[in-house]
Amino acid sequence: MIGGLFIYNHKGEVLISRVYRDDIGRNAVDAFRVNVIHARQQVRSPVTNIARTSFFHVKRSNIWLAVVTKQNVNAAMVFEFLYKMCDVMASYFGKISEENIKNNFVLIYELLDEILDFGYPQNSETGSLKTFITQQGIKGQTKEEQSQITSQVTGQIGWRREGIKYRRNELFLDVLESVNLLMSPQGQVLSAHVSGRVVMKSYLSGMPECKFGMNDKIIIDKAGKGGVTNEAGKSTSGKQSIAIDDCTFNQCVRLSKFDSERSISFIPPDGEYELMRYRTTKDIILPFRVIPLVREVGRTKLEVKVVIKSNFKPSLLAQKIEVRIPTPLNTSGVQVICMKGKAKYKASENAIVWKIKRMAGMKESQISAEIELLPTNDKKKWARPPISMNFEVPFAPSGLKVRYLKVFESKLNYSDHDVIKWVRYIGRSGIYETRC
Amino acid sequence: MPAVSKGDGMRGLAVFISDIRNCKSKEAEIKRINKELANIRSKFKGDKALDGYSKKKYVCKLLFIFLLGHDIDFGHMEAVNLLSSNKYTEKQIGYLFISVLVNSNSELIRLINNAIKNDLSSRNPTFMCLALHCIANVGSREMAEAFAGEIPRILVAGDTMDSVKQSAALCLLRLYKASPDLVLMGEWTSRVVHLLNDQHMGVVTAAISLITCLSSKNPDEFKTCVSLAVSRLSRIVSSASTDLQDYTYYFVPAPWLSCKLLRLLQCYPPPEDGAVKGRLVECLETILNKAQEPPKSKKVQHSNAKNAILFEAISLIIHYDSEPNLLVRACNQLGQFLQHRETNLRYLALESMCTLASSEFSHEAVKTHIETVINALKTERDVSVRQRAADLLYAMCDRSNAKQIVAEMLSYLETADYSIREEMVLKVAILAEKYAVDYSWYVDTILNLIRIAGDYVSEEVWYRVIQIVINRDDVQGYAAKTVFEALQAPACHENMVKVGGYILGEFGNLIAGDPRSSPLVQFNLLHSKFHLCSVPTRALLLSAYIKFINLFPETKATIQEVLRSDSQIRNSDVELQQRAVEYLKLSSIASTDVLATVLEEMPPFPERESSILAKLKKKKGPGAVSVELEDGKERGELNGGGDRGGDAAIAASNASTPSPSADLLGLRSTAPASGATPSAGSLLVDVFSEAGPSATSAGVNDDGFLSSAPPTVASEDPAPPLPESDELLNKFVCKNNGVLFENQLLQIGIKSEYRQNLGRMYLFYGNKTSVQFVSFNTTVSCPGELQSQLNVQTKTVEPLVEGGAQVQQVINIECLTDFIDAPLLNIKFRYGGALQNISLKLPVTINKFFQPTEMAAADFFQRWKQLSQPQQEAQKIFKASHGMDTEVLKAKLLGLGTALLENVDPNPENYVCAGVIQTKAQQVGCLLRLEPNAQAQPGEQMYRLTLRSSKDTVSQRVCDLLAEQF
Repeated sequence: MIGGLFIYNHKGEVLISRVYRDDIGRNAVDAFRVNVIHARQQVRSPVTNIARTSFFHVKRSNIWLAVVTKQNVNAAMVFEFLYKMCDVMASYFGKISEENIKNNFVLIYELLDEILDFGYPQNSETGSLKTFITQQGIKGQTKEEQSQITSQVTGQIGWRREGIKYRRNELFLDVLESVNLLMSPQGQVLSAHVSGRVVMKSYLSGMPECKFGMNDKIIIDKAGKGGVTNEAGKSTSGKQSIAIDDCTFNQCVRLSKFDSERSISFIPPDGEYELMRYRTTKDIILPFRVIPLVREVGRTKLEVKVVIKSNFKPSLLAQKIEVRIPTPLNTSGVQVICMKGKAKYKASENAIVWKIKRMAGMKESQISAEIELLPTNDKKKWARPPISMNFEVPFAPSGLKVRYLKVFESKLNYSDHDVIKWVRYIGRSGIYETRC
Repeated sequence: MPAVSKGDGMRGLAVFISDIRNCKSKEAEIKRINKELANIRSKFKGDKALDGYSKKKYVCKLLFIFLLGHDIDFGHMEAVNLLSSNKYTEKQIGYLFISVLVNSNSELIRLINNAIKNDLSSRNPTFMCLALHCIANVGSREMAEAFAGEIPRILVAGDTMDSVKQSAALCLLRLYKASPDLVLMGEWTSRVVHLLNDQHMGVVTAAISLITCLSSKNPDEFKTCVSLAVSRLSRIVSSASTDLQDYTYYFVPAPWLSCKLLRLLQCYPPPEDGAVKGRLVECLETILNKAQEPPKSKKVQHSNAKNAILFEAISLIIHYDSEPNLLVRACNQLGQFLQHRETNLRYLALESMCTLASSEFSHEAVKTHIETVINALKTERDVSVRQRAADLLYAMCDRSNAKQIVAEMLSYLETADYSIREEMVLKVAILAEKYAVDYSWYVDTILNLIRIAGDYVSEEVWYRVIQIVINRDDVQGYAAKTVFEALQAPACHENMVKVGGYILGEFGNLIAGDPRSSPLVQFNLLHSKFHLCSVPTRALLLSAYIKFINLFPETKATIQEVLRSDSQIRNSDVELQQRAVEYLKLSSIASTDVLATVLEEMPPFPERESSILAKLKKKKGPGAVSVELEDGKERGELNGGGDRGGDAAIAASNASTPSPSADLLGLRSTAPASGATPSAGSLLVDVFSEAGPSATSAGVNDDGFLSSAPPTVASEDPAPPLPESDELLNKFVCKNNGVLFENQLLQIGIKSEYRQNLGRMYLFYGNKTSVQFVSFNTTVSCPGELQSQLNVQTKTVEPLVEGGAQVQQVINIECLTDFIDAPLLNIKFRYGGALQNISLKLPVTINKFFQPTEMAAADFFQRWKQLSQPQQEAQKIFKASHGMDTEVLKAKLLGLGTALLENVDPNPENYVCAGVIQTKAQQVGCLLRLEPNAQAQPGEQMYRLTLRSSKDTVSQRVCDLLAEQF
């Protein structure tokens, strides 16, 4: 289990140090600083073993969060905890920066006491944490309030308190996906996958029971089996179903029900939360195609031409498009011509960065650049790193569709129809690279 | 040198550096550097002409980036361009860049060399110095090739400036160190020596470094420097502190130069010229005198400089080792330093004293400081100083003070620093052994050592104790008693258990008389430690148990019970399980005689250099780790717990004729009959390949074949017996098993046993090639009258011997009457079409039919007198050819087949044996007396061997046979 948690600034100074177990000594703090933060070679592995002690770290801007343990813990659990910890801190005081951590260190210790107990992760649900860990001064809580908190935290549904009331029952649902791609220069897909999240924001009164449906292949097949054949089932739904490789749910989802009926039903936490995560690898809609053309003219010149094609409905608009074309290390000058957007050679990053604000579907655009090279003594050939791309599109590249989200609240008098629901799809680029 | 004017400061560089310093993170730094690199690249693009200043600035930036740890792959050309600038600062930056970043790009090197050449031939001394510094900094082979001829010329030229000479001397030194083959000695060498007379002290200092290095390689060529150095030294030493102006450092005249001169003199033996020597001794005395004077300054630099010269002088005195007076004075001076406030001085004093202690003149003087040194060992704060103190104690130890020193070291060991404990342990062990007058003291010391610092006692130490205890009859009882007592401590170290197990297993019987240490008590004591020990120790203890069964039959039931328990016989460790199973079977099946033979007391070890000493030497050496590994491997064979011991045990039980060499503990032995049974295959291999020196011919190589056989030449001609076969015969007089013959094709192993007048011999023919031998045929014939004396029956062997295979042949021999000659063995086979024909003598000699006869002294002399007719006696006086090791001799006499009679001869040095030769016709009684004169110098030691038997031919023959053995 987790032995301790340290937070460092970029210089390696300890901002927060919380030790949960006796087997972690003071020197562990220094060991991590010396061997990871100040290591001569950059440490790329998030898990480091130093003298039979394991360190798991994540970095948020200039802040290092490191979990230390001497036991053989589940690394995935530790990272899940660290991410959760970041979420919790972000929801309490915004961006995780040295300044914010220094200003809130009492709060952070309080949080650490609550979400980790003897190294075992406890309740890390922001909503319920906020009911008893506040940034304001201590309000005299009444007996009832105290007992309510106790019963909620220790009860079956720890993530939602009772007696919530809203005038307008509203529900926001975001499907956020990031699409990852590696493509060969000839346009062959070498690897592609989408990792997505369903994030919800719910403002519902009482203790509502929700049911979420999407075009998961298994669910649709199951539904289809009852009546018509698969083909017919598809035609009735009118949409393609998708194959989800694996998914994880928020703690509020009833897993037993999912296992038996493949239906996702839950009592939602109040406010913002992540309902599920999933990953797909089949039938991915690739929003952009990058066609690179690199020509070496002698030893001192390089001609690069890159065409991008958008591959989605013309009615949709992609945003924040950025293409990054790496340049050789001995570049001495660059001339760029592009039709659309703005392109610039960034010497500090050894790349040409081409930015386009907006681009509709089924369009194409191109950039051409002339790169002058300085002859060097090194015989090393340029490794030609891949061209990478960033963008944002208003659909889900995996093809996921929300079919329904039903809300049942038997005790209060509002029905599914009274709830205002908003659904939004956002597809972003993950690591979206094309070799050149 | 021209000062850097304000205008030369590079603002861009300063801004860049401060930018880098202000970077918050590594990423930011890399970004800034990438930006700067791109900027410099665009500036260095071919089409723009840059002025010297910007070139210098950018090259500087590149250098800075490189020193931050980033790769730089351009800018070399610009740096080379800077070399041809006329401005000092630009040239300097160019050279700096080249020195730091040179890579073996051939065309650039040529350009650089060209620029350097230009600068060297310029008249400007600063430029010359810059060029020389660059050569020295780079020091590559290419540079050496280009300038090795040029630099000496600059060095000895009359018109060269002093500063350039200095640089040239040091540059030449660097080139010489890097590639000595390129710096050729020539006529300049003699002129270099004369630089010692140069007016300029700086030149002398630089030159002397060069001369020291050169003369250590070719001392003869620079011999003349000795007198020059002495006169220079005496001038410096005798000068007043103000004479040398710039070269006086805190009132000490030219300390560095003096040190270097003294060091140079250490390359040579004491000067032969009386005058020079007198002058040098005077100098050394002056230096020693000066040390006594009150310091001229309180500053630490003053005393440092003074002491540096003093220590260098003392090492010169030690190096000469011929002036008793000076040595004693040096020792006294160091003695004063031993109590000095300054830790460094104490350290140096201890270190120098270590070398002084080894000189015969000053050994006594060093010994007077023993109390101080012991005190230092105990109270010094710094571990490295304590280490030196321990070294010094070790060095000054001799017979007179050994007891005190060992006691002090032992008592210090309890509190000693962990890092030096192991070495201390080794030293104590060596001293205890080396100066042991009384071996019970030795045993006490070592057992104490194990008790105090068991963890640091390496294997070698306890092996050595065992070796010594086994080889010394007089301490065995005492050792057993002490070990027994030591083991009674509630917690004792595993090494103690090892020693205890071994010694009680061997000599437990010596203390069994005492009811407090009765066999069962001993066993229970050992067994109480069993479960706390590691596997190798447990294995050793199991062997000790089986030896107990032999020593004390009354413990048999208890021990068998232990062996039979599941924790032994089903132990998950294969070694332990095997031992348990085998010992259990051995103890239940074998008769007491067999048991007694198998579990016989260990034969004494051959004398050899203490392995601990070797270990200490290695520990001190630089490559200690790797050597120790090897060492460990070698020791593996010695190790009682090692698997080899187990192998030997298997071999012993497989062969069912227990050979003494396959002793249970697998320790290296002197076993005379280390017969390799090839059928036991490679199991025997390692044991025998390491077997002691007496088992000369029993080398076995990896594939289970016998290899390092007697040195025979492959004989292909069908001529009768090989010339060496008589020699071969002699090898087998005292042993029954071994390798009879070996050439490239064939190897013949032999194993024989005799009972009364009958013998059986197994011959093993090994095909060493991968091709089969065809029409393989062997015959044994008895030439001449031997036919009537010996009856030999052979079984035929298969005519085909496959490649790598081995066939066995049994020969039965009956001795009808006494004989002289040996039967002939003829082997014929075809190898690849060629007929091979080999004739050998079978090692059947008359002594094989000896039956040992035990008799008392009176009995012996009565018989001796009975056989007093002159023809019954044969006597030979001969030189010892193998040294006079008692144990080896005894082993050989036993191997002869006779009984070795102890306490018969009034002179304990002499050996007396008796036996009866059994033949079919008659029995011939035989008495033997061997008188060595051990007092004689080695090489002149002689033996007198007298044999008396009832038959004259027997006396003569046995005498002849035996005379070849010693």
